[in-house]
Amino acid sequence: MPDSFTTERRRRAIHGWLLLSPALIMLSVFAFYPSVATVVTSLWSRGTRRNPAEFVGLENYRYLLDDPTFWQVAGNNLFYAAVTIPISMALALSMALLANSKIPARSFVRIAYFTPTVLPMIAAANLWLFFYTPSFGILNQIGALFGAAPVNWLGQPETALWAICVVTIWKESGFFMIFYLAALQTIPPDLKEAADIEGASRWTYTRRIVLPLLMPTTLFILVNAMINSVKLIDHLFILTKGGPSDSSKLLLYYIWETAFAYFDRPSAAAMTAMILAVLGIVAGLQFLVLDRRTHYR
Amino acid sequence: MIRYVEPTLAILLAVIWISPLFFAFWAAFHHVGDAVNFRLSAPLTLDNFRTAWDGAPWLTYFLNTFLLVTLILVGQFILCTLAGFAFAQTEFRGRDALFILVLLQLFILPEVLIVENYRVAASLGLLDSLLGIGAPYMASAFGIFLMRQAFKSVPKELDEAARVEGCSTLGVLLRVYVPAARPTYLAYALVSVSGHWNNFLWPLIVTNSPSTRPLTVGLSLFAAPESGVDISVISAATVMVIAPLLIGFLIFQRQFVQAFLTAGVK
Repeated sequence: MPDSFTTERRRRAIHGWLLLSPALIMLSVFAFYPSVATVVTSLWSRGTRRNPAEFVGLENYRYLLDDPTFWQVAGNNLFYAAVTIPISMALALSMALLANSKIPARSFVRIAYFTPTVLPMIAAANLWLFFYTPSFGILNQIGALFGAAPVNWLGQPETALWAICVVTIWKESGFFMIFYLAALQTIPPDLKEAADIEGASRWTYTRRIVLPLLMPTTLFILVNAMINSVKLIDHLFILTKGGPSDSSKLLLYYIWETAFAYFDRPSAAAMTAMILAVLGIVAGLQFLVLDRRTHYR
Repeated sequence: MIRYVEPTLAILLAVIWISPLFFAFWAAFHHVGDAVNFRLSAPLTLDNFRTAWDGAPWLTYFLNTFLLVTLILVGQFILCTLAGFAFAQTEFRGRDALFILVLLQLFILPEVLIVENYRVAASLGLLDSLLGIGAPYMASAFGIFLMRQAFKSVPKELDEAARVEGCSTLGVLLRVYVPAARPTYLAYALVSVSGHWNNFLWPLIVTNSPSTRPLTVGLSLFAAPESGVDISVISAATVMVIAPLLIGFLIFQRQFVQAFLTAGVK
């Protein structure tokens, strides 16, 4: 005889599945299935009207690894990550420390730092266009005051990617600052008092007490910044379109171009699969490190 | 002396940070010749806004973006509420494994899956429609996680009291859990709306007609170098596009910052 406890439990389990099903269906259609389909597509050749697609194994990946453009784009993306992640995180921390101390016009300062976060990347790119334009751009006008020769910031391979990085740093530093600011405000004030009594300098207090306490926040921001270095590419569409000669092209932009301008789906899928693998490693890292919580209490 | 270093540094950085916006406003309200030569006494003008407004169907773009963020938000609220509740308050075998599967979507970004998502949208007949732009974002793992955390902090006694009173599972959810999670909904709404107001790549791929294009895609086409508009007109269009969000942010800055925190820290 099934007792009422078991039936009640079964009823609740059925409710659980019913509640979950709409979200699971949507996730399957727009996240899980496309991920699997990406890997499958990347293993087949590009079908044409005359030659239907056929299974080619890792051929598409081999083809990519032989493609100098792919290596350049991957290198660009590594450079993009290596420049934007540390600089925007360091700026975010400095901004938070500044905006948390007792200074005049503190709310203006906080708003100024945070405002870029609420703007679309496309709009941010338009704003920066005025800085970078060769003939009358603000950077060149400032440079001219000091007698510097005009520079075509977006038009030459040496500076284009840097110009892209600057916009990203401008956009995300204020966002990361918020998390540091929140973490700073949870540090109990008696720690500061104790440090003062011990005669510790401000620098020692910051380095020995504040920074270790900010460790979990730093890791959280780091993961977000890594994801952003794959995701934030909208400004390329306005500023450089990946040029000149691919010097500022990033992976996601290249995927878009390969799939929707050159219609080479298998190559685009192979690149997507590689990005998914990297993001998977980042995910694993977060689950392993963050869940163990680098707490100091 | 050293006392002044920090405030000076803070304000200097703030001025630098806000200057791109400042220059955009400057250029938008001046004739292009006056704008680029920084003639401080030059007269203000609204001509750039007139030119920009006539250059593209902005009203349609605004309406599309507005409908799009509303559609996504409603979809997210429904799906994430149901799923968050299931993960927080019901028990069944495989729940935790399923939750980890859902969390994976935090890293499988819809942005990265553009190639295959385009095929999915095409086969469902969703190309060039607002639903097509919004659908991939509705079941957001982030939202599910957020709602689960909010529902977990609702006291079990409230739940049991409502059930004793004869509420069904859905009734308990709507009468007890949803009202208790109101601050989380507000935070999620602000993060979601500002995120999707700004989204670009996926809408660019899915849409191909002015009647479905959101603002960001419209702005990118308008400001493309091929369209030959000058920097003052581009600035005017940019100011127009960001104005609603900027005004909203300035009014609700406290809630905005709080929202990003709630969303990020939990």
